[in-house]
Amino acid sequence: MSSKGKDLVTGHDAEHEYEAGLAVVAPDAIKDPGLEPHRVRMTDKSEKHAKNAERQVTAMFLTSILGSAFALWAYFAFPLSETDLGTVRSNTLFLGLGITLGLFGIGVGAVHWAKTLMPDAEVSEARHQTRGSEETRARAIEIIDLANQESGFSRRKLIRRTLYGALAFFPLPGIIIFGDLGPNPADSLKHTMWRKGTRLTRDPYGTPIKATDVTLGSVFHVIPEGLNESEHKLEEKAKAAVLLVRVEPEILKESDERKGWSYDGIVAYSKICTHVGCPVALYEQHTHHLLCPCHQSTFDLTNACAVVFGPASRPLPQLPITVDAEGYLVAQSDFTEPVGPSFWER
Amino acid sequence: MFKRKINNARRNPFAAILVIAAGLLVAGGGYAGATAAVSHSTAGAYTADQVTEGSKLFLANCASCHGKNAEGTNYGPSLIGVGAASVDFQVGTGRMPGQASGPQLMKKPVQFTPEQTEALAAYVSSLAPGPSVPDEKWTATTGNTTRGGELFRINCAMCHNAVGAGGALTEGKFAPVLKGVEAKHIYEAMVTGPQNMPVFNDANLTPQDKKDIISYLKYMEANPSAGGEELGSLGPVAEGLFLWLFVLGGIVAITIWLGAKSN
Repeated sequence: MSSKGKDLVTGHDAEHEYEAGLAVVAPDAIKDPGLEPHRVRMTDKSEKHAKNAERQVTAMFLTSILGSAFALWAYFAFPLSETDLGTVRSNTLFLGLGITLGLFGIGVGAVHWAKTLMPDAEVSEARHQTRGSEETRARAIEIIDLANQESGFSRRKLIRRTLYGALAFFPLPGIIIFGDLGPNPADSLKHTMWRKGTRLTRDPYGTPIKATDVTLGSVFHVIPEGLNESEHKLEEKAKAAVLLVRVEPEILKESDERKGWSYDGIVAYSKICTHVGCPVALYEQHTHHLLCPCHQSTFDLTNACAVVFGPASRPLPQLPITVDAEGYLVAQSDFTEPVGPSFWER
Repeated sequence: MFKRKINNARRNPFAAILVIAAGLLVAGGGYAGATAAVSHSTAGAYTADQVTEGSKLFLANCASCHGKNAEGTNYGPSLIGVGAASVDFQVGTGRMPGQASGPQLMKKPVQFTPEQTEALAAYVSSLAPGPSVPDEKWTATTGNTTRGGELFRINCAMCHNAVGAGGALTEGKFAPVLKGVEAKHIYEAMVTGPQNMPVFNDANLTPQDKKDIISYLKYMEANPSAGGEELGSLGPVAEGLFLWLFVLGGIVAITIWLGAKSN
């Protein structure tokens, strides 16, 4: 080994083969080309160039000063107004441009200064070997042995084993605490606010909808009655949002068990995509397709919202509806399956 | 000579009746004209002449697809009951007469004068009642923009984008950009549901709701985005492209300059 491991070790040195790690060392590996010859800068060769570079650096620092001053001016020249949101635009833009110029000028100037005017003598520093010297390694083992002797770690079995036990038990409370990370969702994922007789109401104001209001080709964005007064409004809305559409009754392909779920061509489907839960509300009047804007899952409204395209794997759940004595649309029950994306226990 | 004739005619027993009739005609006609100028676009305000004129235009320009009596053919739907609003929207934005069949009929230079469009609307609305061209009261941009924004985000934004920048639908169809669209055309689109757009009738969104929505859209159009350059308001696609090309490109350029030796 050469003096104090200062030199780079090459893969060809049989004694130090381990330095190559997992790499395959080819016998005809390209030789280290070494450092390229030093090239003298123009600024070192001519005083004129050096003067020029000095002026450039000065100009950059001056630009920085101008930028900061501009930012100060812009702050007062474009005041924010509480009543006009548009004022944010010029305020942010010009203030930001000024500050950027202020910082950028300093940075660019400093780098240019270092590159052109500060000494450019090239210095090479060899890497150290990662493996310690034999003496160091032997000394380390000595220390560990001594510590073992003095502490009696190997000799005093009882202490050692109880320490192992203590270390094994220590993380257990932490694991238990993880259980408190959130409330147990229980079966809340499987139910929504819809009940037998809950009126279908307009989003966002909660006014009830008459069956006669829903003309052919109409789309209503629906929330359950009482949602606006409920305690967890957003959580409930995220599950209970419904899209109401009327089509010609004869084009609906309804299975026998769902025959009574629509009312005179009016159908109600969950608006929560069965893929990852985006609101599926892009309804095409003539193709009767419902499109999810996030990943383009497409559902056929006339065919029980079966998936016709995209990553969703299940049809949108249908809300069974009917009308009450006053002609308002009401739910017959909750959804008969969980709404939204799949989850483990589904 | 003419004067003398009138002087003679003055003595005629029918003169009084004639004068009264002329007076009534001028007063009544003037009043009718004045009222028509104020609310010429309200329902049922079309004259028989307009209907006749519209019928002729219809036979010449529309009947090949929509049928001689607007009953519809394999190439175009029935127009019975679609209302004046539908005609005013489709013809007034240049979508009709359609140029070529495709996923969606495109907006193009308007083919008819406003008078002709009105005549066509008069003819179609004479076939069966349907939504009429909205009163100017409902297309003014003086509505509640906050409320309009909320209603727009719930009912419209999923297709038309939160600020009306438009968006893609299935199989080549798209929801058009709403910037630069006339207020009455926005209103008519909501009432009639053109092409694949669903209908938003007055029971769903009241005329006041529609007015608020229009006010919101016009406000968004008139006021630049507080967040700076909108890049089409298309969200992550346009903004991501800008970041990848210009910001990352700039960072790469600066890095190369940092590492390069000075001359």
